[in-house]
Order: sequence, then structure tokens, then C-alpha cells
Amino acid sequence: MAKQLGFYFDATACIGCRACQVACKDKNDLVVGQTWRQVVEVSGGSWTAQENGTWATTAFAYYVSLGCQHCEKPSCVEVCPTGAMTKRADGIVVVNAEQCIGCRYCEWACPYGSPQFNEAKGVMTKCNFCEDYVAQGKKPACVDACVMRALDIGELADLRVKYGSVAQIDPLPAANLTRPSIVLTPHAKSSTHGDVKKLALDKGGMK
Amino acid sequence: MIVGDHHLSTAPRAQDCTNREENRMSEKNLIDQVVQDTVLSRRSFLKWSAAVGGTAVLASQGLNLGLQSVAEAAPAQAAPATKTVWQSCMVNCGSRCPLRITVQDNKIVRVETDDTGKDEYGQHQIRSCVRGRSIRQRVYNADRLKYPMKRVGKRGEGKFEKISWEQAFDTIAGELKRIKDKYGNEAIYIHYATGTLGGTVAKAWPPHSSPIARLMNCYGGYLNHYGTYSTAQIAAAMPYTYGSSANNSIDDIANSKLIVFFGNNPAETRMSGGGVVYFMKEAKRRGDARMIHIDPRLSDTAVVDGGEWVPLRPGTDAALVSGMAYVMITENLVDQAFLDKYCIGYDEEHMPKDIPANSSYKSYILGKGADRTPKTPQWAAEITGVPAIKIAQLARESATVKPAYIAQGWGPQRHANGEESARAIAMLSILTGNVGLKGGSTGAREGAFGISVAAFPTLTNPVKASISFYMWPDAIKRGPEMTATRDGVRGVDKLTVPIKFLWNYAGNAIINQHSDCNGTVKQLENDKECEMIVVIDNHMTSSAKMADILLPDVTNFEQDDITSGSGGNMGFAIFTEKAVEPMFECKPVYEMCREIAKRLGIEDKFTEGKTQEDWLKFVVEATRKNIPTFPDYDTFRKTGIFKMKNPAGSVIALKAFRDDPVANKLTTPSGKIEIFSEALYKISKTWQLPQGDVITALPEYAPTWEGSTDALKSKYPLQLIGHHYKQRTHSTYGNVEWMQEAAPQEVWINTLDANKYGIKNGDKVRVFNDRGQVILPAKVTARIMPGVLSIPQGAWYKPDAKGVDQGGCTNTLTAYRPSPLAKGNPQHTNLVQMEKA
Repeated sequence: MAKQLGFYFDATACIGCRACQVACKDKNDLVVGQTWRQVVEVSGGSWTAQENGTWATTAFAYYVSLGCQHCEKPSCVEVCPTGAMTKRADGIVVVNAEQCIGCRYCEWACPYGSPQFNEAKGVMTKCNFCEDYVAQGKKPACVDACVMRALDIGELADLRVKYGSVAQIDPLPAANLTRPSIVLTPHAKSSTHGDVKKLALDKGGMK
Repeated sequence: MIVGDHHLSTAPRAQDCTNREENRMSEKNLIDQVVQDTVLSRRSFLKWSAAVGGTAVLASQGLNLGLQSVAEAAPAQAAPATKTVWQSCMVNCGSRCPLRITVQDNKIVRVETDDTGKDEYGQHQIRSCVRGRSIRQRVYNADRLKYPMKRVGKRGEGKFEKISWEQAFDTIAGELKRIKDKYGNEAIYIHYATGTLGGTVAKAWPPHSSPIARLMNCYGGYLNHYGTYSTAQIAAAMPYTYGSSANNSIDDIANSKLIVFFGNNPAETRMSGGGVVYFMKEAKRRGDARMIHIDPRLSDTAVVDGGEWVPLRPGTDAALVSGMAYVMITENLVDQAFLDKYCIGYDEEHMPKDIPANSSYKSYILGKGADRTPKTPQWAAEITGVPAIKIAQLARESATVKPAYIAQGWGPQRHANGEESARAIAMLSILTGNVGLKGGSTGAREGAFGISVAAFPTLTNPVKASISFYMWPDAIKRGPEMTATRDGVRGVDKLTVPIKFLWNYAGNAIINQHSDCNGTVKQLENDKECEMIVVIDNHMTSSAKMADILLPDVTNFEQDDITSGSGGNMGFAIFTEKAVEPMFECKPVYEMCREIAKRLGIEDKFTEGKTQEDWLKFVVEATRKNIPTFPDYDTFRKTGIFKMKNPAGSVIALKAFRDDPVANKLTTPSGKIEIFSEALYKISKTWQLPQGDVITALPEYAPTWEGSTDALKSKYPLQLIGHHYKQRTHSTYGNVEWMQEAAPQEVWINTLDANKYGIKNGDKVRVFNDRGQVILPAKVTARIMPGVLSIPQGAWYKPDAKGVDQGGCTNTLTAYRPSPLAKGNPQHTNLVQMEKA
């Protein structure tokens, strides 16, 4: 039994195609508005006019693909008043729809926008690490969907040995808040400020 | 006019409402509805229709009643039977990605992709892109065409009436006969279409290999076309230089020291595992080449693994190359030995006979040619927007860091001067002597390895005339005026009749993907010119709305077929097995053609006694003759997928020529690389071109209408290009909710321009010119050059009552103005203005 499963993401390989996002939606039959895995574009840089109508630029861009981080210190579990949100022995954070009263505290508490409210059912939903696939020895739908092989999973400790210990790059919040079970290979242009205010809000549910 | 708002104009009002309601249904309801409808029509049709009284009622009113009927009639069907079949995403991105479809009780419930093998580079899984993963919503879509229909309103109005298949086939056969008798077969045209691509029997492209082509070839032929909306200019121009458009396969970048991409963006154009981008990433990581991206946009390809972005103004690639060539020549950095041995036209010492002095490339660059203008970096800087010092740096790096992989996408060539740009970019590989080398390049689009599945035979077309794929509106309006030297007519000197019958099987290039949507709609409203338009498709597209007869096709998930594609240095083929029964009253195209052939008295000739499955068996046997390891039919059907690595490793284009140019001549007239093309020189002297258009023997920079220096900029100051978008393959998937959510339609605006116009990210913006106006959200970004907008192409044209396109289709703004040589689509050459909506 794993102690803490985690995701790996390589920001130098991601092309922002969102195959992970849509494979997740297909696997979990998610309606529009629910994106358990989502991809955020980060871009910036400036333009400077040069002589004769020419230009110089420092423009850059990269993408970050995010599911639930299955945090070691999950704020969603901490604030849940009914015990519906729990952390399993293998580290996967799951929500029990039977126990959930739809108060949405977890949504408010999570800095990654992972728990998402299902209006029709009145309960929270979230990435469950494709626990059924993992139990069958398969990888989650998002990981096996990635055309660039930018995603992977594993025992968090093993991922850190293999890929290092970076767990925050812009636009993600500081890792010390919830200790996310993620290992990132940063893009050459990404900073690791952990500045939550920089979240890109234009693509889906990150709030 | 809203896509999907088709209705049965003569049906009772209640019917109308039912249809609208249906279009508003949630996806889940829709899936249930169509599945139940299909179950109904297949399993209890007889029982139920006997009770209610006929097919028409069944299709139009019987859905809910039918459900109960099924449940009661067939309780044995209640236990879900699960199966998984191999399928493919068969649309026009250049890939044919494998999909594994899980089906429960005749309903697609899960879509996965290639999961075979260990997924090691070279033996990797061919993973589908995001679009393939959303395919359930394309199959179960409110826009699905359900039954044959005929137009009842004005053409293009979108008013249709349900008819029987008998009536549809009779009408089409009758019109074919009438038009053939009156005008001859040259009046019958099969339009460019790529919505069902890569199949063996059910395939729309190339048009000469579709079942429609076989049908028409059995009936005296049809007017051909050449070229494509994807590659017109490069396909027409590059053979004048090399005799072909080949380039090294992209895995060869592992052997390169430098990679230079001009508008080459596989991360957005070929972003799947069956495409190029994964392959490119892995190969690049195995080498140590620096990468340079020359593009008006910071594309997602430039994002992967970084590299340097050199933004330039659209349509000015040839000016940039000329500026670089000036530096290379004046600093003695060109590969003179290569130029002397392998090329003609570089300098005055290597020119064809009887060409005036100072006509060589070197003379053009140094300002000794007709325009007396040295193509200095300063000259190029002003045109391209790239600083002169950067141009000089690029030149020095490209000339000295070898081998260099230089490749171009198809964006640079999709311009009014695209033929010139395509050949100009190739000059970099030529001047630096990179052609035919490992790790080198020709400057064309990257190559790949595929396996060749045998073709469904479509016989020979007795009609010799062929027009550019792009000029069909002219052929409708003034066919007999069109000539070889003015309109690029091939096979004959001139056309004899206008197009009177237009076949459009699985394509959206009547309106959405052709230029100037508003202009084309207006032209086609006149049904006295083109007298019959037959559209066969899955969805109610803007092109389908122009139909006189509209036939509902099955998707590839509702029929058996075979497809093949490339996963980089690995070819593959898939037996795409029928996953679910045909939905509604949809039929396979082969059956439609057979029925029409029957009415024309040519059924036996058309079928040769074969069913679709018989043809698939025929194709497998024919393939096995070429590829002995290819599985037999039954094995292939069972295993689903067959992969084969390139036995030669990488493709090195023109290697044989490089090794021995005497024994292995190119197919150009001289057998050498033709920097100066004598054939183009003759064309430049004999063709009649519109004022301002040029064809040149050398690859030159040609300023154009609506280019970066056109005087029209005083009225429309912004250059507008389009790019391929993750939401769609051209217009396919444009009506899929998950894709609209993943990649919403938007217009890219540089941050400085947005500030100037008072536009913020997400604001609705009106983009307009004399041809039309679109409204769409702004993406304010540093990722595009100032003065340039980009609207991802393929969004569905949706003009409102005032004619404003609320769908954001880029072709509402593009010009129908054929390029000089290819007579192709200059869809990235546009000037526009914008304002906050």
C-alpha cells in the first residue's frame, strides 16, 4: 500500500492541449463547468519599439496542468464539517457524496480550486486520482491521455527522488499552505514565488 | 441564421417545437434520446411502426413513445453488453489517432486511446489528442442530421423538409441525368471536402478516391480539382525548386545543431501522438540543437522546450530570408561549392541559356536585378519588423551552425504571396548547403513515415479538365471564360461549361472554410447558376445549409472501415470497427452511391458485386502484397491495430541526389535545384494576372494587396491572420461542448494594441472590414506581434439578423482572391479594424 500517491507534471513538455482535462471529463462524465483537471496558461513579457518600426520582446508562455493535489495537509478535509471529505491511507483525498451536505467550505478553503460543486446533485465533487484505475494497476485517465508525457503518478517520495522537490511555480499558491502531493519540473520561464494572487482566472474554475 | 436551427417547414407546428426542444436538450438527454431512437429503429421498428403507421411518423414524433415500446417489447435487451472496439478520429489534421471505444448496449460510454506496448519512444503509443477524447459529443450531438431532407426555402435559408430515401435518391439520379444530358459531365463537380478523412471506403479526400468519384467515373466523369485549402501555394511552388516538397523527418532533429521553424507549429496543427509534436520533443531532447521560431505568434510549439521567438509581420517571410541572404553573401558565408554543384540560378555563372543578365538570385539580393534594390538587413527590417541586427545574427547563425534543420509550416504559404514565401524559406537550406544531409533539411514541411494501405479503386475519370480547388465559385459563375493561363485551368486550355451540379460529401468548405462567407452565401442564393447542391454530412453545418438535397451520413463509429496514419517514424493502420448501429435514418455513403448507381443503371459497374466489407477484404489483400507482414482480414479485424517502424530509420530528403546528383537527378527540368526556375520565368511572361500580382522565376519578396505595406492600412490598420486551434480540426468539433469549454473561440490581440483600443482580456470585440464583421472575446496577450490579430480558424459562421457573425468565423473577414500561381487561398492576408463591442 502506497503511503502518499502524488502527481508529477513537466511544465517544459506541456503544450496546453487539455487532452488530460477532456479525458478526465469523459472518464467521469463531467458536464461543462466541472473540470477536475484543468490547464492554466501563464504568459507575460513586454514589447519595446525599436528603430524603423521594428520590435523587441521578452514575451513568454507556459502551461500548468492541475488535478487535485491530494495534499499531505488537505485544507478541504480540515474544514469539512461532516467528515465527507477524507484522506485515505494511500493519500488520495476523496469526497463521500452520501455524507456531503454541499456547504462548499472545502471549495472556499482549497487554494487550487479542486473541489467543485455539482449544482444538480447539491454535493461537492473532485478528482479521486482515478482510484478505480489505480486499483486495477492502471494510471489515471489524465496521465495516460497526455500526448507529451508531461504527467505521471507515483509514490510521492519516489517522485521526489526522480524529479526533485519543486511543488510550486506560478500561478500555484505557496506549497507550505497545504503541502501538495505534486512534483513539478518548472518551465525555464516560470518563477516559483508561490504568489496566489497571480492565478490566471481566464480558463475555468480556478478561483 | 443559426446553425442547428433547421426545421421542417411544412410539418405541423408541434413538430417544429419538438425539434427546437430537442436542440436544447442536455447532452445526457440527447445521448439517451439518440441511443433509444437507434435502438428503436433497429430492434422494434416493424412492431412499432405497424402500430403507429409509418416511417415518417416514427422519425418525427415517435421518440418518447418508442422508448416505452422498446422497454416493453425487448426486456431481454436490458442487460448491458459491454464491448471495446478499435476506432479512429478521422478528420483532417494529418493524423488518424487510434481510439478505443467502450460500448454498452449500443451506446458509446467511454473513449480511450492507444494503450498498447510499453510506450517507449520509437515504439510509443499513438495517443489521441484532446479532440479525439471528446468524440462522444460529436457522435451524440444536437446538430446530427437525422433523415434525408430537401430544401424548401430560398437556398441557404436553412429551411428543409424531410423526404424519404427513395425520394432523395430519385431526385439526385434525375438531376444527374438531366444535367449530364444538357451540359455534359464537366458540369458536375466534386468539391474539396475533408470531414471524413483517412478511411478506405468512407473517405471524402482526396476527392478522386471517394465513393462519389467512383460513382461519377462510372457515369462519364466529373470536373476535377487540384490543390487544397491546406497547402495550395507550397504544393504549387516547391516542385519548381526541388521537383517535390520533401523534407527530412522530424526525428532527424536529434542530429541537428540548429532548428529554424518558419510558422511551423505542430503543437497546434499536429498535437496528437499520431502527429508530430511528441515525436519532435523526444527527438530534440536526444540532441542539443538550439531552436528558433519565426512566426507572428508565440505558438505552443515555441513554448515547449523554449527556444527563441523571432516575431515578424505576416506575409514578409521572403523579405526576412532575402535580408539574411544579403548578409550570407556579403560576408562569404554561403556554401558556394554546394551552390555550384547542385543548383542553377544562384549566380550569373549558373544561369539557364537566353535569360537576360542580372537575373540570378545573387544579383537580386545585391540590388543588381531589375528592382535595383539591395536586400540589406535594414531593408528587410523595415518590412518584417525584425531589427536589422537580429536579421544579421540569424543569418550568421544559420550559415555557420550545421547541420541545420529548417522547416516551414503551412501558415507562411497561405498568403497572397505564399508561393514566393514557400520557395524563399527553402533558400536558407540551399544557401547553407543543408540539403540532403543527416540533421539537415530542404526548408519544406517536415516529413514522416507512414504505411501505404491499398486504395479503394475509383476507376478513371474520362473528364480531363481540372480547376483549382479554390475557384469553384468562378467556375459556377463564368466557367466557360476560365482558361489555363488566366485561371490556372489544367488538363484543357479552357472550360466549356459552368458547374451546374455540386457534390459536397463531408465538407464545410462551401461556406465556413472557404473565403468570404458572406460573399459565397450571396452568390449561391442564385439557384439558376449552380442548379443542384447535394450535401452528405453528419451535422448541420453552414455548408450543409446551402444544400438542395441533404443526406445524413453515418459517422465512422457506425460503420466498418480501415484507416492508416503516421506516428512519426512509425506507420500504423487501424481496423475501425463499427461501435454502434447507424443512428436515426443515417446511411453509409457507399450505400447511398449504390442506390444512386442503381437508378442510373450502373449499379453492377459501381459495386462489382461487392459490399463495403468485400471492399475492405479486397484492400487488405492488396495491402498484403506490398507489406507482407500486414495481417490477414480476420486477424486485422480482431487485433484492430497494426504498427510498423520505418525500416530505414529517419527520412533524409534528397539524400540520393546529394550523394550523386548525376545518377539521381531531381525531377525539375534541369535535374538540379532550381533557384531560378525557367518554367516559372515562362509562366511569368505568358500568364494573365490581375494588377499587382506577380509570378517570379526567383523566390522574391512580393508586397501584396492587404499586406503589411498596403495603403488600405489607413482604413484597416491591423493585419489579421488565423491559426489552427485546439478546439477544432478546421471546423470539425466546433459544435462540441467539451471542446468549446477547453478552448473557447477568441481573437489574439497584443497587449499594446489592446491598451490603445481600450480593450481588456475577455472583452467582446468587433473585428471588421469591407467583407464582414465578427464578434468574439479578446485574448489580450504578449504572444502576438503588435499590429497583428489572429482569429483561430474554423469557428462556425453564425450571422445574426444584421449579418454580424456571432460565431467568430475568420472567413467572414477573408478575401476570395486567388493567389497568382497556385490560384490558392490567401486566408492569412487580410486587413481589418477592431473596436470594443
